[in-house]
Amino acid sequence: MTLAKTKAEAERLRQVFEAAGAQTVDCAILQPAETLLDLYGEDIRTRAYVTHDPAQGEVMLRPDFTVPVVQMHMSGGAEPARYTYSGEVFRRQEQHPDRSSEYFQVGYEVFDGTNPEAADAEVFARIAAQLAGVDLRPVTGDLGILIAAVQGLKASDRRRAALMRHIWRPRRFRALMERFSGKAAIPPSRAALLNAADPFAKAGPQIGMRSWGEIAERVENLKADSAEGNLSQTECEMIEAIVNVRETCSFALEQLRDIAVDMPVIHDAVERFARRCAALDAEGQSPDAIDFEGSYGRTSMEYYGGFVFGFYAAGRPDLPPVATGGRYDALTAVLGQGTSIPAVGGVIRPGILLTVKGAGA
Amino acid sequence: MTVKLGVPSKGRLMEKTFDWFGERGVTLSRTGSDREYSGAIDGVDGMALVLLSAGEIPRELAAGRIHLGVTGTDLIQEKLVQWDQKVEPLAELGFGHADLIIAVPSCWVDVDTLDDLDAAAAAFRAKHGFRMRIATKYHRLVRDYLHHGGVADYQLVDSQGATEGTVKNLTAEAIADITSTGETLRANHLKILSDEPVLRSQATLLRSRVAEKSTEDRETLRVLMQKLKL
Repeated sequence: MTLAKTKAEAERLRQVFEAAGAQTVDCAILQPAETLLDLYGEDIRTRAYVTHDPAQGEVMLRPDFTVPVVQMHMSGGAEPARYTYSGEVFRRQEQHPDRSSEYFQVGYEVFDGTNPEAADAEVFARIAAQLAGVDLRPVTGDLGILIAAVQGLKASDRRRAALMRHIWRPRRFRALMERFSGKAAIPPSRAALLNAADPFAKAGPQIGMRSWGEIAERVENLKADSAEGNLSQTECEMIEAIVNVRETCSFALEQLRDIAVDMPVIHDAVERFARRCAALDAEGQSPDAIDFEGSYGRTSMEYYGGFVFGFYAAGRPDLPPVATGGRYDALTAVLGQGTSIPAVGGVIRPGILLTVKGAGA
Repeated sequence: MTVKLGVPSKGRLMEKTFDWFGERGVTLSRTGSDREYSGAIDGVDGMALVLLSAGEIPRELAAGRIHLGVTGTDLIQEKLVQWDQKVEPLAELGFGHADLIIAVPSCWVDVDTLDDLDAAAAAFRAKHGFRMRIATKYHRLVRDYLHHGGVADYQLVDSQGATEGTVKNLTAEAIADITSTGETLRANHLKILSDEPVLRSQATLLRSRVAEKSTEDRETLRVLMQKLKL
């Protein structure tokens, strides 16, 4: 696909979003690295280009528009707001050198808290409309349901916080669940520490910034944790059941409502899902034709905390998704140092869209 | 055309490499003055010896400027993206053993596994307001390892030498470095996590998958492999 064609397609898509009422915005290609590193951790270095500026220190070639658009909105945008943008993003491809390391994204972002489920459906429908006529499979998910389940577990705050921290790392999350439910054995070194008369007997001198107090505090936490009972088998099974739902939205809703009967803490989150299904239907997107996966969105970027979606080219598992998006109130909470604003949005990759369209022609 | 063999240009790694080939009837030697980096190969015709820094051998293999090379697996895996598509290990030479490990202060009695390190990192960030610092020069290998281990809330800080001293100097909370015996770690009041190391490294003979070869070169390589019993 030539760059000129991709650029023209990006511009066309952006104009459609603009005509639908979104304000066009732009942002700098060089972004301060610190913000993104603090949000996503060291792993972002494997996905984004970090370079050095003599005055600003580490800077990053924008890996996406979300963070700068949120920052721009938070520093003075009026609510409600709808934004669109079009431009290149830059991604390192260490694992897949055959994939593009720079490509266009066209986005549509909604900051409107009046009716979150309607806003979710609106973003999905605006993007789906741009992709109409192309053979794509839409997949959706809702991390809000899993988050509600974890926050409602009968466990200490400490255990719930540990699980919440790893909700976007499924393997680590599973390992924690196994430990908290007593299925995984306690490592021998941990057992020895817990049984030691004086845990600090062989500690040697204190060096580094982590103080005796901090070490002693964690030893106390470990003791409290080992004294805490196991998570119940039923709760573990229900978490598993939520993660394993794979159905069309309509059937998924039935299944989740069944689970909510035994796990009332997810009731509100499931009803939000129900309202979203209705809102999608009202936008002309039938929930009978959209897939739902309970674990969808957990391995992508952190901070998608509710509705998540992606559009995949049918029969082309080698291609990245043509469009992705979701609700990221959790990200605005971190950027706003506690002040969260409701935000949902998505992006289309015009390059991939043209590839899929070309193949179908 | 000649088949080029790149070996480390100085120190024990060079001597042991010379010994390893010598035991198999291939004599490697330095020629000219002590300071001149040129060498010779006896025992197989059509080969040339190239003396290089061990750290440059991965790059030279990947670029196809040398056909064979001896260096540590740590350097291969840190420096080459998709290393296994660029080079093929032919033999582990049985010396130059070193593990890339994560070490934390011995006084961290609560930290023995990656799982502990992750929990300590979360608490550390909450308390100090920045991500726990791990000093290393092996950025790619360590980042990949910690990613798979599910460790979050850490940052890598670059340290090209005297890495064991960074904790005491308050420029890092933990380190990731190559160790063979662990004595330097103990002397600096550090201990190794009990999980599998990031990487177990040793001197390895590698073949470039991209270097061009003439018919004669292929024959030379066949003779060499026979001598080396590979």
